[in-house]
Parts: sequence; C-alpha cells; structure tokens
Amino acid sequence: MAIAIVLVLLIVGTVLFHFLSPWWFTPIASNWGSIDDTIGITFWVTGFVFVAVNLFMAWVVLRYRHRKQARAHYEPENKKLEWWLIGFTTLGIVAMLAPGLVVWAKFVDVPKDASEFEVISQQWHWSYRFPGRDGVLGTVSTRFIDDANPFGLNPDDPNGRDDVLVASQEVHLPLGKPVKLRLRSKDVLHNFAVAELRVKMDMVPGMIPYLWFTPTRAGKYDILCQELCGVGHFTMRGRLVLESDEAFQKWLAGYPTFAQTSARVAGDAEAGKGHYAVCGACHGAQGEGNPAMNAPRLAGQGDWYLTQQLHYFKQGIRGAHKDDTHGKTMAPMAAALPDEAAVRNVVAYIATLPDAPAPAAVKATARGRAQYEANCGTCHGAKGQGIQAMNAPRIAGLGDWYLTTQIRNFRNRVRGAHPDDKYGSQMGLMAATLVDEQATRELVAYVNGLR
Amino acid sequence: MTTTLVALAVVMAVVIGWLLRQTLGTRPWADPRTMAAGDPSVAGLPMPSIKIGLAVFMTVATSLFALSISAYLMRREGADWRPVAQPLVLWFNTAMLGLGSVCFEWANRSARAGRAGGVTRGLLAGGACTLLFLAGQYGAWRSLEAAGYYVTSNPAASFFYFLTALHALHLLGGLWVWGTTLVRVRRGAAVRDIRLSVELCTAYWHFLLVVWLVLFGLLLFT
Amino acid sequence: MTYVPVGHDATDYAPPAETQEPELYHPKTFIGKYIWSQDAKVIAIQYSITAIGIGVVALVLSWLMRLQLGFPNTFSFIDPSAYLQMVSMHGMIMVIYLLTALFLGGFGNYLIPLMVGARDMVFPYVNMLSYWIYLFAVLLLLASFFVPGGPTGAGWTLYPPQAILTGTPGAGWGIILMLVSLAFFIVGFTMGGLNYVVTVLQARTRGMTLLRLPLTIWGIFVATILALLAFPALFVSAIMMTLDLTLGTSFFMPGIISQGKQLDYGGGSPVLFQHLFWFFGHPEVYIVALPAFGIVSDLISVNARKNIFGYRMMVWAILAIGGLSFIVWAHHMYVSGMNPYFGFFFATTTLIIAIPTALKVYNWVLTLWRGNIRLNVPMLFAIGFIFTFIHGGLTGIFLGNVAVDLALSDTMFVVAHFHMVMAIAPVLVVMGAIYHWYPKMTGRMLDDTLGKIHFWITFLGSYAIYLPMHYLGFLGVPRRYYAMGDTYFVPESAQSLNAAITIAALVVGVAQIIFFYNLVRSYFKGEPSGGNPWEATTLEWQTPETPPTHGNFGKDLPVVYRWAYDYSVPGAEKDFIPQNEPPSPGAGGAAGSHA
Repeated sequence: MAIAIVLVLLIVGTVLFHFLSPWWFTPIASNWGSIDDTIGITFWVTGFVFVAVNLFMAWVVLRYRHRKQARAHYEPENKKLEWWLIGFTTLGIVAMLAPGLVVWAKFVDVPKDASEFEVISQQWHWSYRFPGRDGVLGTVSTRFIDDANPFGLNPDDPNGRDDVLVASQEVHLPLGKPVKLRLRSKDVLHNFAVAELRVKMDMVPGMIPYLWFTPTRAGKYDILCQELCGVGHFTMRGRLVLESDEAFQKWLAGYPTFAQTSARVAGDAEAGKGHYAVCGACHGAQGEGNPAMNAPRLAGQGDWYLTQQLHYFKQGIRGAHKDDTHGKTMAPMAAALPDEAAVRNVVAYIATLPDAPAPAAVKATARGRAQYEANCGTCHGAKGQGIQAMNAPRIAGLGDWYLTTQIRNFRNRVRGAHPDDKYGSQMGLMAATLVDEQATRELVAYVNGLR
Repeated sequence: MTTTLVALAVVMAVVIGWLLRQTLGTRPWADPRTMAAGDPSVAGLPMPSIKIGLAVFMTVATSLFALSISAYLMRREGADWRPVAQPLVLWFNTAMLGLGSVCFEWANRSARAGRAGGVTRGLLAGGACTLLFLAGQYGAWRSLEAAGYYVTSNPAASFFYFLTALHALHLLGGLWVWGTTLVRVRRGAAVRDIRLSVELCTAYWHFLLVVWLVLFGLLLFT
Repeated sequence: MTYVPVGHDATDYAPPAETQEPELYHPKTFIGKYIWSQDAKVIAIQYSITAIGIGVVALVLSWLMRLQLGFPNTFSFIDPSAYLQMVSMHGMIMVIYLLTALFLGGFGNYLIPLMVGARDMVFPYVNMLSYWIYLFAVLLLLASFFVPGGPTGAGWTLYPPQAILTGTPGAGWGIILMLVSLAFFIVGFTMGGLNYVVTVLQARTRGMTLLRLPLTIWGIFVATILALLAFPALFVSAIMMTLDLTLGTSFFMPGIISQGKQLDYGGGSPVLFQHLFWFFGHPEVYIVALPAFGIVSDLISVNARKNIFGYRMMVWAILAIGGLSFIVWAHHMYVSGMNPYFGFFFATTTLIIAIPTALKVYNWVLTLWRGNIRLNVPMLFAIGFIFTFIHGGLTGIFLGNVAVDLALSDTMFVVAHFHMVMAIAPVLVVMGAIYHWYPKMTGRMLDDTLGKIHFWITFLGSYAIYLPMHYLGFLGVPRRYYAMGDTYFVPESAQSLNAAITIAALVVGVAQIIFFYNLVRSYFKGEPSGGNPWEATTLEWQTPETPPTHGNFGKDLPVVYRWAYDYSVPGAEKDFIPQNEPPSPGAGGAAGSHA
C-alpha cells in the first residue's frame, strides 16, 4: 500500500521539482539553440515514459497486492505485446536520436567563414593566441616552450611573427561572427567549457581538438576547466567576454605580437639603482626586507613577478582594497616609477642584489610539510623557489609574517580578487582552503624553513 | 580497436550460435523433457570441464592479445613511430616454437595411443624447443639493445619488448603445467592419467604458436 | 606399460579430479573450513564481507567529499589534494572492489552452484586462490593510503598524463599501487570467472537446460563473460601506464611540459588510454548491471507469485545488452578530442542499447501486473530498483545522445546519472538480495520492521540525494571541483542545495547501521526461517539442510523437471512448483498440461 502511494508522490514530486526548480540551464549565449531544442525533445519523451511507466507500476502494485484467496494470472509471455512495446520504444529513440545527430553534424562541420584562434591550457591557467594581420596562426611545438617563449611558437615561422599573444585568463570575442577554437594543451588533459555556450571539448596534449560557435549575447562568462587536471583543477578559471567587434579590436590591439614579445629590452641595472634608493628605505639596501616596515624581501625574487606586481600596484589592481593596509603604502611608491623603462631598470637592479636569505629559525612540522607538498609545491616548487611557467612566485625566505598576511589577504579577498588580477583568483581559491589557523601556522613555518 | 572488435565478434558469434542451437524454439515453461531418475542426460558438454576451462582462458588471452595489437596499431599512427629492424634470430625462434608445437602434438598422439616412451620424449623435446625459443627471444632483446633500440628509444621498440614479454609470460605459465606433468611422468604415472594434461598442454602450445605467428607477422609487416 | 586403446569419443572421458563427485575436499579443522576453504559458499561469504568492508571505507570517503561540497572551506583536513584522493578512491573502490567483487565473487559463488544444482564450483582450488588474490589486491589498495603522497588522486579513470605527473596527488607511490592492485584484481577475477562460466556450462544438474536456468544465473553468467573479455583492456592499459611511469616509455605520454620543464616523453596518445580504459569501462557498467537485472527478476517473480514475464525475451535482452556493450564505449569520449565523426556511430549504438534495456523494464512491470504481490522487504527493494533504474536509464539517454552530451558531460548531471543507475539501483538490488537469501545463508529471517525502516530511509534518501543533483548539472556545475568559489552562473541557492544533498547523504549513510545491526542481530536472534520461507521454486531453496552444507544437496543431486518460474500454474495445488518436483499426472504442472 504505502509503496504505491509513495511512488505516486515521488512522480508528482519529481515533476513539480522539475518545473519549480530555480536551477536550470543558463541563458544561452551562442548559436547552439539547437542543442537546447534536442534537450527539450529528450525531456518530453523521457518525461512521458518516466511518468507513464511508474504510474502504471504504482497502480499495479496497489491493484494486485497480496490477497489470501487471490491467485496470480498465469501467462508465460505475450510476444505481441512485447513487440509492440519494442516498436514504440524504437520510435521514441529515433525521435530523440535523429535531431541529436543532425545537431552533431553541424557541430562537426565548421563554417568556412569562421575565424580561427587558439586556446592554450596548462596547469592551471589559460592563455590565447590570435592570428595577426596575415590571418594565419604560426606553427607551434611543445619543444619550443620556455620562459622566454611560453606559447611555444616556432621562431623560424614567418606566419607566427604577427600572432597576437594574450597572456591573460580573459579572452574577448566579437558578437555575430563564427569562431573556430583550436584547443591546445601544454601538459595534461583540460577541457574548455563555458556553460552559456553549451559546447565543450577536451584539450589533449599532442593533438589539437576543435570546437566552434557564434557568439550571440554580449556579456562576461566563466570559462571552466572541466577535465580533471590535478590539484589546482578547481582554480582553473578563465573569462570570456562577448562584445561588439569594435570593442574586441580595441582589446586585441592592447596585446603584443610574438615579434614584440621576443624583442623585449633588457633593463639597465645602473639606471635602476637610483630608483631603488626610495625602495631601499623600507625593503632594505640589499633588498633583504624589513618586518618592522612590513616590507617583504625582494632579493632573489623572480623579475617577472616583480614587474607584474609593480604594474598591479601602479594600476590599482593591488593595494587598492580598503583593508590592504600595507598594500596602500606601496601603491603610491610604485606610482612614482614614471614609465615602463623605470620598472624594467629597478627590477634589473634588484636582480643584482645578493640572494642570501637568513637561516630558517622555525622548526617545521610533518603536517606543514605534507600540506605544502600536496597543495602548494607543484606551483611554487618543491623548495619554494617559484616557477615562472606556473605563474607562481618564490616564497622561500620571504618571512613568515609576510606569508601569513598575504594568505589572509588572499583568503579575505583583499588581494587577488580584482578582475584584472590575472592569476590572483587561483591563489584566492587555494588560500580559502586554509581554514584552520594552526594548520596555516604550520604551513608557513614549513615554507619559512625552505631554502 | 577494429582488431579487438573482430576478435570479439568471432567469440560472440560462437557463443550466440551455440546458444541458438541450444535454446531457440524451446518454450521452457512447456518443455516436455522429463528427467526420469537414471536418465543419463547430463546438462554439460560431453568433455572434461578443464578443457572448457582452458578454452575460456584462451579466449581471455585472445582478448588480451587482440587489445594489445589494437593499441599497437593505434599508437603506430603517431608521428614519432620509427619501425624497428627485426632481429634475424626471430626466424630461428619461430621455427623453434613451431617445432615445439609439433613435439607436443607427437606427445599427445602417443598419449592417445598409450605409448609412454613417445609421451616422455615428446614432452622433453617440446619443452626443450620452448626453452630455446625463450632463450632466442632474450637474444632478440639483447641484439635490439646492441643496435641501440632500448625500451624507451621509440614506441615501436617499446611495443616490441612489451608484446614479446607478454607472449613469453604466457609460455612460462604453460611451462609450469608442462613441468608438473613431466614430474608426474618421472614418478611413473600411467599414460592415461596424464593424457588430459598432455592434451591441454598441446592445445595451449598450438594456441601460443598461432598468437606468436600473428605477433611476428605484425612486427614484420608494419 | 599395458596398451589401453582409448578412443576419443565424447562418452568415455575420464572426469577430471575437480569434478569427481566423491572427491570433494572435506576439511576437518576450523581453518580449513572457514579460512582456506574451497567451498564456494564460504568463499562467497569471504568475498562479500571483504567487499562490503572496503565498500564501507568508500562510503566514508563519500561522506567526506559531500561534507566538502556541502560546506566548503569548513573542514581543514579536506584540502584540495585530499579531496581528489577521496573522489578517486571512492569511485574505484565502489565500481571494482565493491560491486564487481560482490555481484560476481559474492552472489556468483553462493548462487551458481546452488541454483544450477551442483555440489560446488568445478575448480574449487582455483576458486579459493581467486579470493585470496582479491584480498591481496584490496590490501594493496588500502596500503596506498599509508605511502608517501597518499593514494592516487587522478580520478577513478586514471587518465594519463596527469595520473603519473607532479601536480596530481599520489602520482608516485599511489598510482603504482593502484595499477598493481588492479592487475592483481584482474588475475584473481579471471580465476573466479573461469569457474563461474565453466560451472554454468558444465556442472548443471540433470534436466537443467539453459532455458530452465533462473535469470539470476543468466545475469551473472553473461556479466562474467563480459568481465573476462573486458578486463584485459584494463590490464593492458595498467601495464603500459606502469611502464610509462617507471621506465619512461611513451605509450600514452605525448611531449609535455611539467612545472615549466620539458619532459622526456614524446608522441604518445592519451586518447589511446581512454579507448582502452572505456573498452573495459563500459562493459564494466553492465558487469554490475546484468547480475542486478537477473537477481531483481527473480525477486519480482517470487514475490509477485508469477512467472517472469517474457522469460525468453529477458534472456535475449541480457545477451543483446552484453553484446552491444562492447560497441558503445566511446560515448564516454564524445568530448575527449577523438575524431568527432565517431560520434555518429557511438550515439546510434548507445541509443539502440536502450531498447533491450527498456524491454527488461517493461517485463518487470508486466510481471507485477496481474500478480499476487507480496510487499515484503526484498520486494520493496525490487520496486525501489525499478523506480531508480527507470530514472537513471532515462537520464542515460541524455548523455548517450552526442549533441545533448556536449552540454551535460563533465557536469554534476553525469555524477547524478551514473549514481542513480549504477550505484543506487544495483545497491538496492544487493540489499533486496541479502534480505532474500539471508535465510538460506543463516537459517534465520532478517527482522522485518528494521528492514522496512532501512528500505524507506535508503530509497527516499537516495532519491533526495540524486534527483536534485541533476539540476546542478543542468546549471553547468562541473564535477570533480573541490569548491566553486565565485562563479557567475552559479547562484547562492545552489550552495544551499549542495548542503541539503550532503545532509541527505549523511542520513542515508548512517541508516546503513540499521542494516548491519539487523544482519548481526538476526544471526543470533532472528526467527528461524525453515528451508523455503519465500515459497520459491529454484533449487537453492530445495536443499535438505539450511544453511546448505558442503556439497549442497545431500546424497543425491536434484533432478530438474521444469523451468524456474512455475508460479500460480493453473490446476496446481500450491502456487509454486519447485524445479525438482516431478510432474505428476493430473496434478497440473506446466510440463504436462501446457505443452
């Protein structure tokens, strides 16, 4: 008895949940409405079967429940009934499969006028490459990848010289024009997925899968990696901005070509020495840092990171949050560096300072070590030395007080939450995992001991 | 995966064909067969279970080798595939394994005819040929190494080591049964007591010969 | 030596020692009886206890995962690394070490000899080895929790390259132990599987034709064949991945960068691994599902007091599903970057497999139709199975249809779908089956009230976990995410939903204590059941002793006169006729009057 009633309640409940649920597909932002239509058809067919078969079962259970005198009907089989059921099921299957295959045929076949660009994934961030004026992407190979050529472009391929390299998590695309995405991975499997586009595809090292769509609705959308790619999988977020062609061209013009990035000028350490005089007041003449002034150690830090952070301070991406007390001190200092050349020079000067960190004072615990090796070491390096390719700065020898402050800032979204902070959101998500004060202390103690 | 699918299709066809013969057309609820006491009809196939067991095991091994070959053929499409020059000793090895199979057949026929001497000699010769085969395979490994093809040098070499090792492991398993049979012969077991073991070994050796011929052909022609 | 002319006819073979009736191995000591036992029934219980034991570990892991998802950044011991390890170990344990081992090693060992009318498996010694190798595989798996770096966190699919690279938890010791453990599991399983297949083929008692076999045996039999053919794919890929990791070959490893450094690998194909993995992985779904199909058919038939509707179609559906399951594997790989044209083929085959599956559902419901349904605990679980299986089967059509899968793959929808169809549905069957056969195994009934409480919490609770989870998937929430953080399209309410799911999961998990309590308590205090408490027809209920002793059937093996489903035969005195009851003229009986 009870089971029949419960079955009916479950059917009604499921249908109600379906129609009342606030959790539903995001509004579509691409041309793939046909996928939504196929889903709609599938819903109607499967929904009908779900309700019909289960209602019938509920009725049967009620109607034919055990009675003392009753005896079950004897009928070994009924070929005719079975074949009818098979026939109807086949019809339903065809009704769902046929539109699906039609849509897939469209997905497989990229329109001729689609413009091409490349999405590059790596543990655990995104970057993008657009063909330059020639409209052709240069050849690439994993073998060319190093810190100076993170996109792995073939230096001898003339087609690659004008390729625009977008070293950012954010990509913009113009509305109304079909685009084909070449999906390239540098290391492990990833997956390019944007809920609002409906389409997604894995990125496989060693091969170039593709997908295509036509953006239809302006807005900002999350790009998520949806193929498990390691510890930082959940931090691998990009952003897709769909906008007018005009805005897109303007955005694209802000990024350098391969030729421009390879022609970077080296900084002049001598010239930077003068600028550094101001810095040294807090950070120390040898860049050794000064806890009393809340100034971290600079000597030994990667030049790419110093450059990036100076830019962030200058542009109000870092040090602008009202709770970032010490960052607010740094921001005007960075602003005092007049131009790109000044930044380059002062960073070059810092690179000449002796890298002699003080010996580790704190005893590390096994827990701190395990925590570090499991969750931090892949990006920041086993010795905390920092890995440019992972966008992870050196953290060894920075001082426990500084690390504690920064972890807290990341966790409280004081740092890294600015939309233009390219890789800060990753650290924000990782820092958020440190919920236990004691665990944080032990982790910092371990990092502090790394040399 | 086509290779594997073809192999599996054959297996399935055998299974389903057999089932069809057994079952189709009967209406089990109205099956008139009444098994009176003393009725000799047994439900199973009229052969020792261990033979069916071996057949099932060889089917599993077929699946294993078919999948390895599928992997080989798919990996071969990679741009870095450089064919490996097959060592000449493989021809000698193939001959040895073929000879081993013949010897086992001789032992098997002798067992059926009850000729104890033939069984012992056949088993010993078959085992010796197999050991020579295995030694020859090891020789092939050494000569590949000498030619600079290490297991990591290129995928063709990796597969060569992998496939030959997989095959050799199966032979070693067979040699274990061969060994126990030989011990029983030495201890004076009657021919008809070891007839089944000899028959199983023979079937298994023929099977592994066929597998080796397929693998060798694959290595030779690709 | 005397010359004995021996022909090679079918009739004169000397039966091998393993099947010789009088030579059953009869141990005298406790250790021989219960530890190094060669009795399939003892081995079955050893398999079941080990599988359920490791399953409880996986259940606890799922609680921890749910705690993280429901209440992110609350528990300091669940860091991102640990979370992935929980995901991976939970999946692998549940699919392989629990469900495969329990259905085939547990139910297969217990039921095959009893239901086909055999004294034991045909190769009892190999059968015993099978269990001990399985146990060793389980111990290796458990050991990976205690090695440096912990168990692997590569997901249960163990995809390279990440499975063996820095950046994935347990990329050193953890993954090696996992792969070695799998290899041992497969070797052990093959030993058991040989037994199951050959016993069904060879050891059926007189009169037990193939079409007189209960569907339970058909399900286990075909599932075992699938497993024997499919596990080699996992075996090959596990070995090749081990070589990639230890020797540095490049079977699956392309040229890649790790932590900014070029690795020595080159040219390998991660997609090749996926093909091999899913060539095993998809049949694996049916390795779990087919025994469940078979068992639930029998539970329904017995308790509806009616023959299973369309028995022959049911058998052919099992065979069709088994055969088709080998040509649908790449529907797990629609968005894997493989040649997209494969999508057409695999979408079609995948949706075709829905037809025999749907037919099975119809026939279950039609068996209930015009029956005389006893709503006891096993039957409740069977009905719960039909409901959840319909739900899970229908959501499978979404994912099998390649264009729809584009939107839904890698989201929580997938997680909800496969848990509904492959976790909840088969586990409901497992529980129903335990309630059903426990009296035969112990001679005592399980407590009915506790059973009903257990059923209601488990059934309703599981549905409450997985129905809403589909809707997170529609929204686009990805699977295997430690935390969502700030994502534009995920509203606050999704977090509340996750918390609710977690609470439901904890309740369902804790409710299993009732079940375990019932199992232990009834063993000592349960009502004595008698030999055939459900009034069933199949042979296991006709043994002279309950629980059956070693050898199962006393002095003489039963002789079978009819199929397994003579329920409510018109004209018969009782509403069931056991398979070994000879037809008596005048008393009805299908064999006589309905030919």
